[in-house]
Amino acid sequence: MTSREQLLASTFVDLADTLVADFDVIDFLHTLAARSVQLLDADAAGIMLADQHGGLHVMASSAEEARLLELYELQNNEGPCLDCFRSGRPVARDDLPAMRASWPAFTQRLQQLGYHSAQALPMRLRNETIGALNLFRTEPGPLSEADRGIGQAMADVATVGLIQERAIATRELLATQLQTALNSRIQLEQAKGMLAQRTGLQMNQVFELMRDYARGRNRRLSDVVAQIIDGSFDGELLEKGPRTRPRTSPQP
Amino acid sequence: MHNPRVAEILSVIADGRGGQVALPARLCAECLSVLPVSGAGVALMTAEGPSGVVLAATDQRARQLEELQFTLGEGPCVEASGSGRPVLQPDLVAAGPARWPGFGAAVLEAGVHAIFAFPLRVGAIRVGVLDLYRDTPGHLTTHELAEAVAFAEAATVVVLHLQDHDRRDGSHAALAGPIDGRAEVHQATGMITIQLGISLAEALLRLRAHAYASGRTVSAIAAEVVNRRMRFDDSESGTATERERP
Repeated sequence: MTSREQLLASTFVDLADTLVADFDVIDFLHTLAARSVQLLDADAAGIMLADQHGGLHVMASSAEEARLLELYELQNNEGPCLDCFRSGRPVARDDLPAMRASWPAFTQRLQQLGYHSAQALPMRLRNETIGALNLFRTEPGPLSEADRGIGQAMADVATVGLIQERAIATRELLATQLQTALNSRIQLEQAKGMLAQRTGLQMNQVFELMRDYARGRNRRLSDVVAQIIDGSFDGELLEKGPRTRPRTSPQP
Repeated sequence: MHNPRVAEILSVIADGRGGQVALPARLCAECLSVLPVSGAGVALMTAEGPSGVVLAATDQRARQLEELQFTLGEGPCVEASGSGRPVLQPDLVAAGPARWPGFGAAVLEAGVHAIFAFPLRVGAIRVGVLDLYRDTPGHLTTHELAEAVAFAEAATVVVLHLQDHDRRDGSHAALAGPIDGRAEVHQATGMITIQLGISLAEALLRLRAHAYASGRTVSAIAAEVVNRRMRFDDSESGTATERERP
């Protein structure tokens, strides 16, 4: 097997492996975003999930720009991800003029952040669309058919994993899983704030610091989040921060 | 990103007398009138787990069931608060005694056949549990489940602000609306926690109270905190904020 094929195979194993006791939904979604960028001809990826009221939430992204673009979509109620979630079907355009025609404000913001293509794949099981995987490219034009197929397969496997096929996707389970996922996300943001205040780092730097720390110690991200919140973390976590007061320039 | 139903519930229960203390009881009563349940209760939680304090219950049986869970150390409320996940048990007879040996028998004897418990939490902030009981078995429909979750979100706001003893404007801030779901709000909460050396719950209260007092939105204040244009500082006059030097 080539290294890409090996990564693809291990990605499917990882995405299917949600029935373990220490399953961490935020880690899982970040894995999906990161592997999408590694495996597909995409430069950034983001994932949105819906709550029981159909409200979409940005859950994970491979880069800060992807998160900002998704937030922008939600705030302006326009973009491929929203169309994808509403229709339950993949959404893409052939080129920039076509993107501008469909989503003028979103496309402008996309280009400001250095991207020239955005498309969305549904996270869907039977009749239930629970969210969307969004892929951003610096080159214009959508993914190749082959890449789109692989991306959709990854989104499908992740969706099955999230809903936990073993329990036949009862609505109750879906509701409690999403509720729990949303709360994990809030907990992550609270911990990021605490660590940002302690280190003087910016929010996106803080997240990378937490993720590296978790990986370096082979810990789950949620364990590191819990340690930051209860103050039981290793002092080394703070050492990466700047000694001096950080720049106070606002983030976009 | 708000769930408009939460704001609606908060405004419905605020429309009455009795002040802030009466809010949990009114919330439980509203649950009963909207959802097909026989009883509802709100129990308080501390960092260590259920406190045994029942803030409100629609009837004596609901209150006893809350207290029994605390005494036995088992039950949906205990489980929901421990795991942070909703616990939905639509048929206690079919489920058998394995899950809650003591509590299961006691509730069936009391005529309860279905029980649904929702943790009241904002990330790591855990303030209580909303328990719903029913005399007949059966699942909540998708719509009912969404309603119950909205009630739990409203109850979270109410219980969180009940713990705000120091501030007179706390009750007004409670009624100002649901907790803003934006990432910046939770990041700012974490930052204020460290700035003032207080709990996350207190930090969120300070943030909301400051927004209310200054007539601005919580997310606007949060954005200033996250961008380090504002920090919270303790002074004799309560919580003051200062502009950071550019």
